[in-house]
Amino acid sequence: MINSDPILIIDDEVQIRRLLEITLSANGYKISEATTGKEGLTLAATGHPALIILDLGLPDADGLEIIKKLREWYQKPIIILSVRNSEDDIIKALDNGANDYLTKPFRTGELLARIRVAIRQSQVAPDEPILEFGSISIDLTNHTARRKNELIKLTSTEFALLALLAKNEGRVLTHQYILKEVWGMGYTEQTQYLRVFVAQLRKKIEDNPARPKLLNTESGIGYRFGY
Amino acid sequence: MNSFEDNRPNPDELLVSLINEEEKSKRGKLKIFFGMCAGVGKTYTMLEVARAEKLKGSDIVIGIVETHKRKETSELVEGMEIVPRKKYEYKSTTVEEMDLDAIIARKPQIVLVDELAHTNAPGSRHTKRYQDVQEILEHGINVYTTLNVQHLESRSETVAQITGIIIRETLPDEIFENADEVEVIDLTPDELLQRLSEGKVYTPERSKEAIENFFRKGNITALREMALRIVADRVDKQLHDYMQQKRIKGPWKSGLHLLVAVGPSPYSGKLLRWAKTLSYSMGGDIQAIHVETLHKLTPKESGQLHKNMNLARQLGIKIRVVTNYDVVKGIVDFAQKENVTHIMVGKPRVRNLLSMFRLGNFVNKLIRFSGNIDVYILGSDESAKDRFKDRVSIPSFTSNIRQYLTISILVALTAGASYLIKDLIGYQVVSFVLLFLVSILAIFYGTGPILLAATLSALIWNYFFIPPQFTLHIDKPLDVLMFVMFFIIALLNGILTSRVRLQEKNTRVREARTHALYQLTRELSMATGIQEVSKIAVRYIHKYFNLECAIILKNDLNKLDDHVKHETNIKFSENELSIAAWVFRHSSKAGKYTDTLPSTIYTFYPLTGINENMGIIAVEHTHIFTQGEEQFWEAFISQISGKFEREYLRSAARKAYKLTESEKLYKTLFNSISHELRIPVATILGASDSLLSQAFPEETRTKLYSEISIASIRLNRLIENLLNMSRLESGRITPRLDWCDVHDLVHKVFETLSQELQPFQPSIVIPTDMPLVYIDYGLVEQVLHNLVLNATQNAPAGSNIRIKFFYDNGFLTIQVMDRGKGFPEAELNSVFNKFYRGKDATAGGTGLGLSIVKGFVEAHQGSVIAKNRSNGGAIFTIKIPVKISEMDSLKKHDD
Repeated sequence: MINSDPILIIDDEVQIRRLLEITLSANGYKISEATTGKEGLTLAATGHPALIILDLGLPDADGLEIIKKLREWYQKPIIILSVRNSEDDIIKALDNGANDYLTKPFRTGELLARIRVAIRQSQVAPDEPILEFGSISIDLTNHTARRKNELIKLTSTEFALLALLAKNEGRVLTHQYILKEVWGMGYTEQTQYLRVFVAQLRKKIEDNPARPKLLNTESGIGYRFGY
Repeated sequence: MNSFEDNRPNPDELLVSLINEEEKSKRGKLKIFFGMCAGVGKTYTMLEVARAEKLKGSDIVIGIVETHKRKETSELVEGMEIVPRKKYEYKSTTVEEMDLDAIIARKPQIVLVDELAHTNAPGSRHTKRYQDVQEILEHGINVYTTLNVQHLESRSETVAQITGIIIRETLPDEIFENADEVEVIDLTPDELLQRLSEGKVYTPERSKEAIENFFRKGNITALREMALRIVADRVDKQLHDYMQQKRIKGPWKSGLHLLVAVGPSPYSGKLLRWAKTLSYSMGGDIQAIHVETLHKLTPKESGQLHKNMNLARQLGIKIRVVTNYDVVKGIVDFAQKENVTHIMVGKPRVRNLLSMFRLGNFVNKLIRFSGNIDVYILGSDESAKDRFKDRVSIPSFTSNIRQYLTISILVALTAGASYLIKDLIGYQVVSFVLLFLVSILAIFYGTGPILLAATLSALIWNYFFIPPQFTLHIDKPLDVLMFVMFFIIALLNGILTSRVRLQEKNTRVREARTHALYQLTRELSMATGIQEVSKIAVRYIHKYFNLECAIILKNDLNKLDDHVKHETNIKFSENELSIAAWVFRHSSKAGKYTDTLPSTIYTFYPLTGINENMGIIAVEHTHIFTQGEEQFWEAFISQISGKFEREYLRSAARKAYKLTESEKLYKTLFNSISHELRIPVATILGASDSLLSQAFPEETRTKLYSEISIASIRLNRLIENLLNMSRLESGRITPRLDWCDVHDLVHKVFETLSQELQPFQPSIVIPTDMPLVYIDYGLVEQVLHNLVLNATQNAPAGSNIRIKFFYDNGFLTIQVMDRGKGFPEAELNSVFNKFYRGKDATAGGTGLGLSIVKGFVEAHQGSVIAKNRSNGGAIFTIKIPVKISEMDSLKKHDD
């Protein structure tokens, strides 16, 4: 693996820890484990983890608090792995700085894919001018996007939306976040704008807009860009 | 016939005696130490008995005992437990009274309560001590008490007559009659006088005074006779009761039913007491009747009537109020209906000719109509003011001066007009004109004015018209006849019309009340829920009684709960709430205009249902109810109480139903879930066991792995369903509405179910102009997910599953169609029930999926129906009312 930094698992369930350890080790990741929030914070500070997998329901602390504390200094991806599956919980976790969210029960394949995307994303240099996703390339400096080398006609809002999603590839962006970033503070409740523009954007960038592969919906939460 | 019946115990009476026995066994027992007057040693004997009981080990305390500083008595009190008295501040002095609550809280076996007839200090819960005693008895505590004969309501007047001392502290005879035990403390007059002179009763100075005033030998003898006679009567009655209870055939005295008529006369009191005594000695039952006519009682009469009614109740005489324009008719009708054998009425004092006429009329009528019922007429008391009036049947002169004046003017005007045309029509016709006028006037005016009109017109006709004119003399015999006839006809006409009017008015009042009751009953019957019933009750009481009222109902713990108060702004104080609680517990009214706690501003009535009390209603009375009003009010309240009770029963039934439902649900859940849980768990355990214990070839391993995976998915789905179900059951589902693109929805569902959809040919129909809809994405996704999953489980592989969306006129419609077997027609309505499983459903379902669909759709105020398709298969149609967004304007906004 490129990265020798470990993945930190903070979870009080021994079976989950064991399952993750087996799966992740087999895929070449190094592992460090914590069973409480406190221990997790210490290990995060001392062990330089490349990524943290965090359970929200820890015995000693509220998961949301841990995300907040981590985010005061920790820049690398945090993936939430929790039994809490209400949209509110997920949105709160994401708004507090988590990169991704998976609910238990989960499929290990899915988790591995998310980890891969998150790590890759964290290693991409932030000022990369051109982003590529399969047949789509996005030129951030010139505000243009191409599909199979053909220029896609995009309105300025559509481009802003596409650029925002693409820059955060693999990460779930909540509706509120996207609305705030693209339309501005006063528009965070205007989800209908977002729905309309996502639908339009899909028609322009997806091979089959009815079965989108790039611009994915996260039910009730937001969108995630990338395969 | 009568004598035959007399020989058999009446079943009703038997029942009553049995019920009495039963009620008595729960109550404490009342023992009365009964004497002819003060000083015979009642308190002393009571204390002696108490000490003896105490020695036997009874838990006995003194509630209140007045020793009157008598040495012998005081000695007996020593060593007994005494419940401390309660102090009341009253007009800057402190009054001590028995502490009722403390006694009830102490709950001894026996409590001694001296002087049963005592009147409590203002501010106490009850006005009278016997009411305190009743309450103590209700708590199952036995009471020993003392009583003198002069305090019995029925005897107080006689005692007053004998001794010349008016007795203020009286108690209802009923209390005495219902006492479990009466011990007579008897002393010969000489012995008593001896004791008195020895200073054993009063201090020497007071003794002298007392002997001269009250304790004269003649008085004492009379009182003694009275006391002994009462006890003898009681013994007699007990024997009677005993025989009845033991079904002993014997000399049934009775079959006698006495009826006493009560009016607003102070004299009625005496009549009642006398009737009560008579009923004792005759051994018959007794009831009282008041006939309410249209004559409006003066406030004074009203008050007197109220007093008389209360007296009747205190004497233990049931009182009935009937309405009739004629007193005699009212009494006789009632008497015949109730098989009364004796009617007792008072004889009014004859003061003048008119009253003699009235009396004769009244008595004659009564005797004439009463048939074979005996009529007793009791002589009047000179001291009592004669206020007896035979109402309505004799005209009452209550019209005012203005009416008389108007009448006179009208007669004069008509006469004047007739005078002008008298030559044209002749003087005889004038009489008809005048007669006509009198008849017309009778429609509008009372009897008095009509009499005047008749007389006046007769005189005018005579004076101005009948020749010779301007004299009252009449020449022709024919004219004399006409004049007499004119006068009589005018008079009769007037009186008859006026009576018809009164009767009509009477009927109107009754009709209005009946109508009000009918309206109330009708509205109540349509009302649902306690809240609505309260609202109607308050509205009707305001409308028909013009009273503000507050209703307090009981809570689930069967306690009166101030929070269950309805439809009122009245705020009750602690004290008032405790009265309310008392009323609720004892099912009797209290507060203003009652005997219990009359010093408050509200009157509290119990809302008594058939089986239990529902709560209380409090009103702020502006005046004492008349008897008619009181009856009307009781009818009202009983309707309302009945309805409250029905509502309570209904909600109780509902709760019980819910409980059995949830029990049923639990069972089904348990059966269904345990099966559904075990199968996948068994699969996972089995497969993993095999994998761990043996080295299988690659292909087998893969198969086992996939079995584990499938079982896990199934398990997970079950958990999801259960969680959703419990969310639904808890009623905590509130849709989080947001704008949603239905394409997203379908895509998401197809993605999650891609495995299951593999063998099918799904098709999706969404119109190109489908707007965004405002729904809960998560819930609708689950709905669609469950329906599509259901389709994949029921349709044959390779068939088409079709999903169709459209928006029309405020509704989002989602249809999911398959080509499975569909549902049996009879079961179409039950497919959404919890745990419904089709007869040949494939394994691996709990019957929860579709009920979750229904729940989630209904959370959106939508509906879902299942039907069979004409060419086979099932079709589910969901309709959800939705908002849609204006997509076009949005696009323009950006471009």
